[in-house]
Amino acid sequence: MLSTLRRQTGTGLRLLIVLTVLCGIAYPLAVWGVSRLPGLSGHAEGSLVTQGGTVAGSSLVGVDPVPADPAADPYFHTRPSASAEGVLGPADPTTSGGSNKAGDSAELLDTVAQRRALIAGREGVATEAVPTDAVTASASGLDPDISPAYAALQVDRVARVTGLPADRVRDLVARATDGRILGFLGEPTVNVTELNLAVAAQRSGG
Amino acid sequence: MDDTLAGLLQVALLLVLLAACYAPFGDYMARVFTSERDWRVESALYRLVRVDATSGQRWPTYAAGVLGFSFVSIVLVYLLQRLQPLLPMSFGRGAVDPATALNTAISFVTNTNWQSYVPEQVLGNTVQMAGLTVQNVVSAAVGLAVAVALVRGLVRSGTDRLGNFWVDLTRGVVRILLPFAFVAAILLVAAGVTMSLRSGVDLTGVDGAAHTVPMAPTASQEAVKMLGTNGGGIYNANSAHPFENPDGLSNLFEIFLMLVIPVCLTRTFGTMVGNRRQGTVLLSVMGVLWAAVLAVAWFAETHPNGPAALAAGGALEGKEVRFGIPSSVLFGVSTTGTSTGAVNSLHDSYTGGGGGVVLLNMLFGEVAPGGVGAGLYGILVLAIVAVFLAGLMVGRTPEYLGKKLGRREVTAAVVAILTMPTLVLVGAGLAIALPGTLDALNNDGAHGFSEVLYAYASAANNNGSAFAGLTVTGDFFQTTLGLAMLFGRFVPILAVLALAGSLAQQRRVEAGAGTLATDEPLFGVLVGGTIVLVAALTFFPALALGPLAEALA
Repeated sequence: MLSTLRRQTGTGLRLLIVLTVLCGIAYPLAVWGVSRLPGLSGHAEGSLVTQGGTVAGSSLVGVDPVPADPAADPYFHTRPSASAEGVLGPADPTTSGGSNKAGDSAELLDTVAQRRALIAGREGVATEAVPTDAVTASASGLDPDISPAYAALQVDRVARVTGLPADRVRDLVARATDGRILGFLGEPTVNVTELNLAVAAQRSGG
Repeated sequence: MDDTLAGLLQVALLLVLLAACYAPFGDYMARVFTSERDWRVESALYRLVRVDATSGQRWPTYAAGVLGFSFVSIVLVYLLQRLQPLLPMSFGRGAVDPATALNTAISFVTNTNWQSYVPEQVLGNTVQMAGLTVQNVVSAAVGLAVAVALVRGLVRSGTDRLGNFWVDLTRGVVRILLPFAFVAAILLVAAGVTMSLRSGVDLTGVDGAAHTVPMAPTASQEAVKMLGTNGGGIYNANSAHPFENPDGLSNLFEIFLMLVIPVCLTRTFGTMVGNRRQGTVLLSVMGVLWAAVLAVAWFAETHPNGPAALAAGGALEGKEVRFGIPSSVLFGVSTTGTSTGAVNSLHDSYTGGGGGVVLLNMLFGEVAPGGVGAGLYGILVLAIVAVFLAGLMVGRTPEYLGKKLGRREVTAAVVAILTMPTLVLVGAGLAIALPGTLDALNNDGAHGFSEVLYAYASAANNNGSAFAGLTVTGDFFQTTLGLAMLFGRFVPILAVLALAGSLAQQRRVEAGAGTLATDEPLFGVLVGGTIVLVAALTFFPALALGPLAEALA
């Protein structure tokens, strides 16, 4: 029995070495090679978006922008991130994850109330008007999207601070909005990274 | 469109895709494991590693192959992590500490993919690719091989040979996992998943702040992580990270990938035993369990009762906006019903009911529809127990597919079934009794208990998902969860191979008037009842202390 085990283990080691070359080197490098093709390479390298020649973000990664003057905040904001120091953000994209807090957590209850008050104050609306995604941290901490409701809530402030007409801002929100794929996959989303860049482009253009 | 309708259409599309693959892919896998002919690349490989592909193995030799291969795999993955600073493309990430390295090695070799580290900060490309991606492929192939050996035990008659483990392993890799993973990986890149060899990209946000976003060879690992029901993320947030799972389409595709092999293996089984209805009966049991768990989880997540969730206006803590509730629970139920353990939302933040049923889904023994191979051999063992129980009721020696189930067979089946509950209850009970555990909890009260119970259920079932708030980096958790993964994987495998060996030696008996028909709906009810009964008898008290208490609060 022991000699069988020893012999089989030897075979196992030889096969593992060969399979490591096949599955651990050849396979990923082949996928990488194909991912260099035009049409795929942009995705493969992180769906980066640029602003004036520099990489300004990834359309897949949401990191909350911080206004220089909180009283004149020109940005659309992402969802809160559990990795952030404050209750709202910004996230640290070198890591990812969420709060793992349960629905009966007193700590989470308190955090939700704080977020609700802060956002209501920032947008100048009643606390009940703040939607669910705005007061809950995502699973990744890097959620690039907000709900159309949370985007709509921020339109008036962004328009006021940037000096852009509210209709123009609403138009930019609509362009950053994706419905469900094929009409039923996933949820309607507004991409915050793309939206903020579009607003910035409008400001400098105007 | 109405949220519920959109979610139901999504489920319908998933079922259509699986149904379309069922016959062709299931039959293809049957041909892979019954064909006499080797592919040229396989013959070359056998010559290289000096394997005689024509020789059949007795069950102890087959088992020695599984154990020997897994042992050297653990050693290799451990060494790669410990020697990381010497490896190329490590980006200055240091040697992984011994406890984490061993836990991770066991975790990936046992197809669990439990993770007690932050991958994008701890591991470089070489460990990810040459260590973890390899195990994502081969650990799934080991599960396939064991399942095929058990089916051969049922099919063959009067022989002590179960086939050749090295041939089964190689064919699983070369003909099933690797080619389909390659295609899936390219499709994932097309959907937006990253595939980069760089360590990260520097960017300057719209507010002028500088950030670095870690990059990784994601797509190649993501594809086989799902297809092989592994579940180990290349990012800490796993399939919730937008680079692993960018939108609703990639999400549905990933759910499809984790279900397709376990579902189609029931067809493979039916084809190999020469009666496809034997397979469809088992599939219907899997499907009913999956649908029931999905319905409860969906309802619970859309009707939260926790004060924090009510204050927020819904259970969106730990969920991504692009997935919402339907796409999150569909993923969560599929990942715990298979042995995947990938997550696109945080199960720890699920409601008492939602978190409770995804936990229960693992405690059913992961047969809805189970991991690659592990799901099929798991439900076959449960079917054998169901036949035995039915035999007790009428007082005759039970038989399954013409094989008599005597003492040896039933003993092996019971060992295979009871290993997991023993590990879960002893592990969780021990952990809760230790004073230090309270400090490791992320939530209080009933939910805190659920975190511990979930951890051992996940490890012993080789799932790998977590109520991730629990801090598991302490020595006690690293060690006991590592042992739970090892025993949870290999004790049932040994029992299943012994069972296969014993079944293969028997001569087939003709079905008589008193033989229980195992290809009819009544038998499905019996198997389903056995699964629910075993789980309820063993876990009801534990579930009452955790998720049930939270759900009814």
